[in-house]
Amino acid sequence: MKLHEYQAKEIFAREGIPVPMGRIARNPREAFEISREIGSEVVLKAQVLVGGRGKAGGILFSSLEEVEEKSRKIFSTEIKGERPELILVEERLNSVKEFYLGITFDRSRGRPVVMTSSEGGVEIEEVARRSPEKITWVEVDPLKGIYPYMIRKLSRPFPKEVRKEAHEIIAKLYEIFVKYDAELAEINPLIYDGKKLVAADAVLNINDDSLFRQNFKREEEGIEGIASREGFSYVTLDGEIAIIGNGAGLTMATLDAVEMEGGKAANFLDIGGGVPPEGMKKALEIVYMNEKAKLVLVNVFGGINRCDEIAQGIRMFFEERGGKLDKPLVVRLTGTNEEEGRRILEEIGIEVYKDLREAVKSAVRRVKNDTSL
Amino acid sequence: MILVSEKTKVLVQGITGRQGKFHTRLMLDYGTKIVAGVTPGKGGEMVHGVPVYDSVEEALSEHEVDASVIFVPAPFAKDAVVEAIDNSIDFLVVITEHIPIHDVAQMKRIAEIEGSRFIGPNTPGIISPGRAKLGIMPHRIFKQGEVGVVSRSGTLTYEVVDSMTKHGIGQTTVLGIGGDPIVGTNFIDVLEMFEEDRETRAVVLIGEIGGKAEEEASSFIKDEMSKPVVAYIAGRTAPPGKRMGHAGAIISGGIGTAESKIKALKKAGVNVAEFPWEVGRILSEII
Repeated sequence: MKLHEYQAKEIFAREGIPVPMGRIARNPREAFEISREIGSEVVLKAQVLVGGRGKAGGILFSSLEEVEEKSRKIFSTEIKGERPELILVEERLNSVKEFYLGITFDRSRGRPVVMTSSEGGVEIEEVARRSPEKITWVEVDPLKGIYPYMIRKLSRPFPKEVRKEAHEIIAKLYEIFVKYDAELAEINPLIYDGKKLVAADAVLNINDDSLFRQNFKREEEGIEGIASREGFSYVTLDGEIAIIGNGAGLTMATLDAVEMEGGKAANFLDIGGGVPPEGMKKALEIVYMNEKAKLVLVNVFGGINRCDEIAQGIRMFFEERGGKLDKPLVVRLTGTNEEEGRRILEEIGIEVYKDLREAVKSAVRRVKNDTSL
Repeated sequence: MILVSEKTKVLVQGITGRQGKFHTRLMLDYGTKIVAGVTPGKGGEMVHGVPVYDSVEEALSEHEVDASVIFVPAPFAKDAVVEAIDNSIDFLVVITEHIPIHDVAQMKRIAEIEGSRFIGPNTPGIISPGRAKLGIMPHRIFKQGEVGVVSRSGTLTYEVVDSMTKHGIGQTTVLGIGGDPIVGTNFIDVLEMFEEDRETRAVVLIGEIGGKAEEEASSFIKDEMSKPVVAYIAGRTAPPGKRMGHAGAIISGGIGTAESKIKALKKAGVNVAEFPWEVGRILSEII
């Protein structure tokens, strides 16, 4: 779960990392009020969760006079498909030099890695490609935690005057990384204004699997939100074949197969394991909501999931809609209790494929041939 | 065959839960030698004829155990893993999904220090067809044979194994390393075991987007393996920045694309299938 910048900054401030003076505005009027308190020069930052918002017009510097106009502009700008509901209004910092500080997991080694760089303000991946020697990093043993000697090494890119502050900020960010079950904690840029260091930006991604012991409320909207409340993984895509599968790998493989046969997936929906008939019915309701989808392809390889229960769910959905589906349904069922599953669906006139390749080909062919779909 | 055989004596932690109970029966039916179960507070009960104890220590005072299968819910999974490791069980199968990533990092480190190995979390388990199953996979699709299979995914493995079995190609051992970003045992560990295993003649690697595990495996295959490897990678069409079902299946910062993995594998001489159902046919042509 990604936190908004202002939420991450609230945590940083609470834990003792210096952040710019600022507050959140819900409309241009509030932005103006906040600016009046802060000073004559401010920065307006759209609170969206997509990267690259600066280039997309989501960050603007402004004088007090222009605040309302410029924040109106930000509120009406769609940033990579996301429209900002909040703007963070902050004091404009005087930047002498920009640094990078970030903590994430090295997946292969299974350990946290802390990185600093004198090349702040650009993506760290870009620095890693262009000039890897400009990144200082240490690997931390998750049982021992971070030690001062590691932080001394990480503080080296910072100017002598603020090395002590850098040391404290690194230690605190590591504390936050652990305390909040983060997958990624990042300050980019960490600005040196000639006197002190300030976290000009803040990224904090909380591990989804840790939310049960963290105090964050997930706010997902639209189809993704509905699917996630049902315990499904759902990703919207822009094709025309809606896909329901069981298991992440198999569902991805189904998407790939559809594309390689010349079709395009409208979504990714993984129902997971042990799904009762009601769950399967719900999954169908979710993909049928997608207006762009012209056909629905179900691919279930029964293991923990039982084909008969999946088929019962399909039948419930079919009957609820009076036996009329506005998008055709192509079903592939195999594995646990497949004979019974097949029987249930054949009774209501739904053809069941045993072979994935045939099901995919049939789905793509039907979407392509029938322009009325 | 690697890691498990018909002789492996198995403990089930979380045996009285819904999943634990159900799969204990299926594992017993398959012939797995389950000697005991553990659920704190349920000591003295029986599950399908298997005695249940309150702690691993108590179970071990009555039984000899080689491996533990863990069905304990995510919030308590780290405790269960450490309990097993502290009692010197040196092979664990962590079926549990959704364990916090910081817990997994600590589990991995503890296992390294104590010299234990776990597979998972979020794994369907491990099966040596015809001998033993420590996991949740539908056993009917497997067939004893000469090919080792290692995978990051559950149902996709079934699809691939099904295509192998249909081509008459059996398996020595099929093992899921798990779909999480951090796992106890990685591709390279398993490839090394298959390379050394005398029964295994070829290996199938099933990967997916996210991380660099397949790229790392490619270097190992190129430098250290003599046996042929066939691979399939899921997620060619996955958009960057989106988590595709598995916690670990995400392309971030340009790292983890299917394209990069397929390229690395091909460079290492691996035969990469375009579709999961092709794996059986490709194997039948090379062995």
